[in-house]
Amino acid sequence: MPVAGLATVVRTIHSGKARSMIDQSETNRTNAIEIKGLNKWYDTYHALKDVDLTVAHGERIVVCGPSGSGKSTLIRCVNSLEAHDSGQITVDGTRMCDASSIEAIRGQVGMVFQQFNLFPHLTILQNLTLGPMKARGLSRKDAEERAMKYLERVQIPEQANKKVSALSGGQQQRVAIARSLCMEPKIMLFDEPTSALDPEMISEVLDVIVDLAESGMTMIVVTHEMGFARRAADRMVFMDHGAIVETGTPEEFFDAPKTERCRTFLNQILKH
Amino acid sequence: MKNILALLSLTALAGCGSAGNWGWYVIDPRTQSGWNNITFLFDGFGATIQLSVIAAVISMIVGLMVALPGMSTNRWIRLPSRIYVEFVRAIPLLPMLFWVFYGLPVVLKSMGITVRIDAFWGAVITLAISDSAFTAEIYRSGIQSIARGQTEAAKTIGLTYTQTMRYVVLPQAIRRILPPLANQFIYIVKMSAFASVIGMQELTRRANELVVTEYRPLEIYTLLILEYLVLVLIISFFVRWLERKMGADESR
Repeated sequence: MPVAGLATVVRTIHSGKARSMIDQSETNRTNAIEIKGLNKWYDTYHALKDVDLTVAHGERIVVCGPSGSGKSTLIRCVNSLEAHDSGQITVDGTRMCDASSIEAIRGQVGMVFQQFNLFPHLTILQNLTLGPMKARGLSRKDAEERAMKYLERVQIPEQANKKVSALSGGQQQRVAIARSLCMEPKIMLFDEPTSALDPEMISEVLDVIVDLAESGMTMIVVTHEMGFARRAADRMVFMDHGAIVETGTPEEFFDAPKTERCRTFLNQILKH
Repeated sequence: MKNILALLSLTALAGCGSAGNWGWYVIDPRTQSGWNNITFLFDGFGATIQLSVIAAVISMIVGLMVALPGMSTNRWIRLPSRIYVEFVRAIPLLPMLFWVFYGLPVVLKSMGITVRIDAFWGAVITLAISDSAFTAEIYRSGIQSIARGQTEAAKTIGLTYTQTMRYVVLPQAIRRILPPLANQFIYIVKMSAFASVIGMQELTRRANELVVTEYRPLEIYTLLILEYLVLVLIISFFVRWLERKMGADESR
C-alpha cells in the first residue's frame, strides 16, 4: 500500500493529469465536489439514479451520454438550479442543505449555459459588472477593471460597450464565460456550451475553455465535442438513463470502452 | 356599420328637426349661464384625474406584491395570490364600492378602529383593489414571458431574488407590461365614473347634478362623453410616445 502511494506521488510529479488522481485517493484534502447517492425525480420520471461522483480540485471532467440521460440535470444539481430529492452534495467542503449553504456554493461555482443567457437589455460590460457590483459589492471602477481583464482573456475587449444582440453566437458565449469568471469561481460548470452554436464558431469557444482548463480550473463540461474531451479532460463520465455507466481516462474511454452501451454511443457519435 | 351610420344620421336629424329637441344653450359659452355650466362640469376633471392616478399607482404596487408570490414554486406561497386574484376579479365594481363605502367603516369599527371613509378614499380604495387583480395578472404574464434562463444566469452570478427582479427581469418585462398596463389605466379612468354614486364630485357626478337642475340630459351627457374621450385620447397619446421611446431604446 505505501509503495503504491509513493508510485502515485512520483507519477504526479511527471504528469499533470495524474495530479487529480492523487486528490481522489484517500488524502485528507477536501474534494472540489462530492456527490453521494443523488436521486432526482420529475414527478414520476426518475432523472438521476443513485449518482456518485467525486471531483478533485483542478480536475477536468467531461460528461457525455445520449440526450435525456441526466447530464444537464446532474450539473444543474451541483449549484442547486435543480433541487435534488435525496443524496448529498458537498462543494468545496460546504454541504448543501439550506439557503445559506446554497448561496455559499453558488459563490464558488460559475456556470455557462447552452443558450448563453446573457442579459439582453444591458451592454457587454454591464453584463460582466452586474454580479461583482451587486453580489460582491465591488465599486464600479474595480468591477469594470475586472470585467476588462476577463474580456481580454476571452479575446473580445473591443466589444465591451456593445449590446448583446450585436454579437455573434460564439462571441456571446465567450462573454458568458467571462461573466462567470468575473465572479472568480473555483469551479466552472459548462452545460453543452457549444450546442447552440454555428459550426464555425465552436472552436473559438472551445479554445477559451481549453485555455481555462490549462490554467488549472476545476470544471465539469457536458458536451458532445469528443475532440475537445480528448484534449482537455482528465476523466470521462458516461451517463445513460440517469445513471453513471462508465468513467475513465479519455484514453481508456475512447480506445477501450468497458460497457456495451458506451461502445454503441461512441460508435454513433464518432461515425461521421 | 350601415346600422350605426343610420343611427347616427337619425340622431343628427332629430337635432335639426322640430324645435326644442336640442338645447345647446345650456352649455353655450357665449352666455353667462352656459359658461358657468361649462366651468362647473370641467371642474370635475381635477377629481377624476386625481382619483384615477392615485388608484392606478396603488393598483400597480398592490398588483406587483400579489404577482410576485403568485409565481413562487412553493404552492403555499402561491395560494394566497391565486385566491386574491380569483376573489377580487369576481366582484363587480359597483357592489364593491358600496361595500367599501358603507360596510368597511362598520367592519373596522367592530375591530375597534374608528375611521371615516370619505367618498374620495372610498373610491380610491375600491378602484385600486378591483384593478389590482388585473394588474397582477398583467405582471405575471409579462414576467413569465422572460425566459427562465435569465433568472438562472442571475442566480449563478450570485444575485438575490430582489436583485434579480430589479436588475434583470423587470427591466426586460416592463416593455411587455407597459401596453396592457396603460390599457388598464384607461379602464380606471372610465370606471372612476362610478364614484359619482357615492357623492364624489367628479365629471359624472357634476353632469348628473347639472341635469337635475337644467333638464337637458342629451347635451350635458354628450359633453360628458366628450370630456372622457379627450382625457383618454391624451393618455393614449402619452402611452404611444412612451412605448416608442422604449422601443427605440431596445433596438439601439
